[in-house]
Amino acid sequence: MARLNVWRGAVLGLAALYFLVPLAASVVFTVDVPGRGVTFDAYRQIVSTDGFGSSLLLSLELAAATIALVLLLTVPAVVALRLGAPRLRAVVEVVCSLPLVVPPIAFVAGIATVLKWGPDHLSRTPLFQTFVAVQNPDFPVVLVLAYVVMALPFVYRALDAGLGAIDVRTLVEAARSCGAGWTQALLRAVLPNLRGALLNAAFLTLALVLGEFTVAQLLGFRPFAVWIVAVGGEQAQLSVAVSVLSLLVTWALLLALAGAGGRTRTASSRG
Amino acid sequence: MTVTTAEKAADVQAATVELRSLHRRFGSTVALDGLDLAVRPGEFLALLGPSGCGKTTALRMLAGFEHPDSGEVLVDGRDVTAVPAHRRDAGMVFQSYSLFPHLDALDNVAFGLRMRRVRAAARRKRAAELLDLVGLSDRGDRFPHQLSGGQQQRVALARALALRPRVLLLDEPLSALDAQVRLTLREEIRRLQQELGITTLFVTHDQEEALSVADRVAVLRAGRLEQCAAPAELYGRPAGPFVAEFVGTMSRIPGRLDQDRVEVLGRRLPVDGPPPAARDVDVLVRPEALRVRADEDGTARVVATAFLGATVRITARLADGTEVKADLPASEAAGLGAGAPVDVSLPERPVLVAERTART
Repeated sequence: MARLNVWRGAVLGLAALYFLVPLAASVVFTVDVPGRGVTFDAYRQIVSTDGFGSSLLLSLELAAATIALVLLLTVPAVVALRLGAPRLRAVVEVVCSLPLVVPPIAFVAGIATVLKWGPDHLSRTPLFQTFVAVQNPDFPVVLVLAYVVMALPFVYRALDAGLGAIDVRTLVEAARSCGAGWTQALLRAVLPNLRGALLNAAFLTLALVLGEFTVAQLLGFRPFAVWIVAVGGEQAQLSVAVSVLSLLVTWALLLALAGAGGRTRTASSRG
Repeated sequence: MTVTTAEKAADVQAATVELRSLHRRFGSTVALDGLDLAVRPGEFLALLGPSGCGKTTALRMLAGFEHPDSGEVLVDGRDVTAVPAHRRDAGMVFQSYSLFPHLDALDNVAFGLRMRRVRAAARRKRAAELLDLVGLSDRGDRFPHQLSGGQQQRVALARALALRPRVLLLDEPLSALDAQVRLTLREEIRRLQQELGITTLFVTHDQEEALSVADRVAVLRAGRLEQCAAPAELYGRPAGPFVAEFVGTMSRIPGRLDQDRVEVLGRRLPVDGPPPAARDVDVLVRPEALRVRADEDGTARVVATAFLGATVRITARLADGTEVKADLPASEAAGLGAGAPVDVSLPERPVLVAERTART
């Protein structure tokens, strides 16, 4: 037992070093400016730079919309899959994993091509207005759509694991024999027991949207990740400070999400 | 653990249930092949049969989870075949633990009342009554994972009864439990059912369970009804060889049919029921009907003995190699060990015969 603990300590220490040393070095680099002592100027500069608030807000809005849409899309689908067509699971799993295989750069090239249809072919039809609307820089719906696709592999896996842990069929049937319709059975009997999985899916989607750069940059939008790169581009200290900050923001958000779902997560893990 | 007057008043008129020529096929397997069954008001009916005989499918059709390819399901004479499960008015207890893991016992029982939009105070009161009914009034705040298997099935039973259903459906509710718990819970289910007078269908593959609790037992085979009768009749006067061998223990002893009598073990005994066409037949004998006594000149040999408490079950091999089982009072079986020579005989009573099947 003692030997096991030593090994555990060693492994934990190594892992901690691997993660913490670069992080600590980054922090030190940004606050310890040669000749000026410890200063938080770099961070102050970022926060006061124009666009910090608006880009962060945009990213959060995009994340919220993406989480809502992807869950609305996948939850009924995976439940129906479990109940109605378990044999199709393999097919759906492969389809949902495709976004991992297609590089974002190819994905965004495809999206850009489709978006060009607007001005090229549809300028005289009412559909043109739709194309304009989805590219509204204040809230680019097209990014939400792209992120939904990119989040599919993670969301599907999280939900599938969650569903694997409960007997969906029996829960639904028990609810229905208690007088619940299909929607009620899903909302009152299945979803509460999927809270852990839903939270995981939301976690992963949030992290993905906050960190996503390629698609947003190439389509010309300015969420947080794009803004950060633009700001930190010129100055060494500033660029490192920006990445440290983005890490902290992401952590803070994930913690907030965990806090919001914490009560329910313990409830579901007890089952 | 008393039934409130409100509980009884709700079940003044118990429901009748009728299944009419139900057919259902899953791909190439036939689950139900023209099942006809009528359940009397307030009756406790067990559906018994080997796995794959369609008993669970029949129950699920009554609950509305499966739909027949053809045929009808009638409750109180009304055709409910097209009524969706949540409007069927049938409470169900499942084989696997089916409590909602995120709700405590009280909320589990109150779930159906919440679906019916009963006020919170009223539904908590009713749920508490039902938990009391199944003897778990002090466990209302426990979550399913904090309850034992038997307690979980009790809560499931309370949940199934919460909406005062017309019919109670039990789908092998005891099969996941320990032997001891199974015994007490089945007695309790029986007691509750009798107090409430609710029409109940109970699916099981355990014949002892079916015979001990049910008013009548319906034996199913390959999607059809073989026999539906009271336990004593089923055991004593089985409708055919299948029921005879499925319910209770049966030994087959080769015999020779001669008009309406059969020659077996050196006797000529009358045949019970219509005799089969073949002349080479097997006589079906219950262990308690077979007489075994120690005899130095006996041609049969004891192969094995099993102590069952009041009786000892003796497996003996006859001169022709047939193995038979006989139950003897423990006092008589004292001297009979493996290898002991015995004499096996039948009393002078009509016997059940069946066409001889190839022995493996």
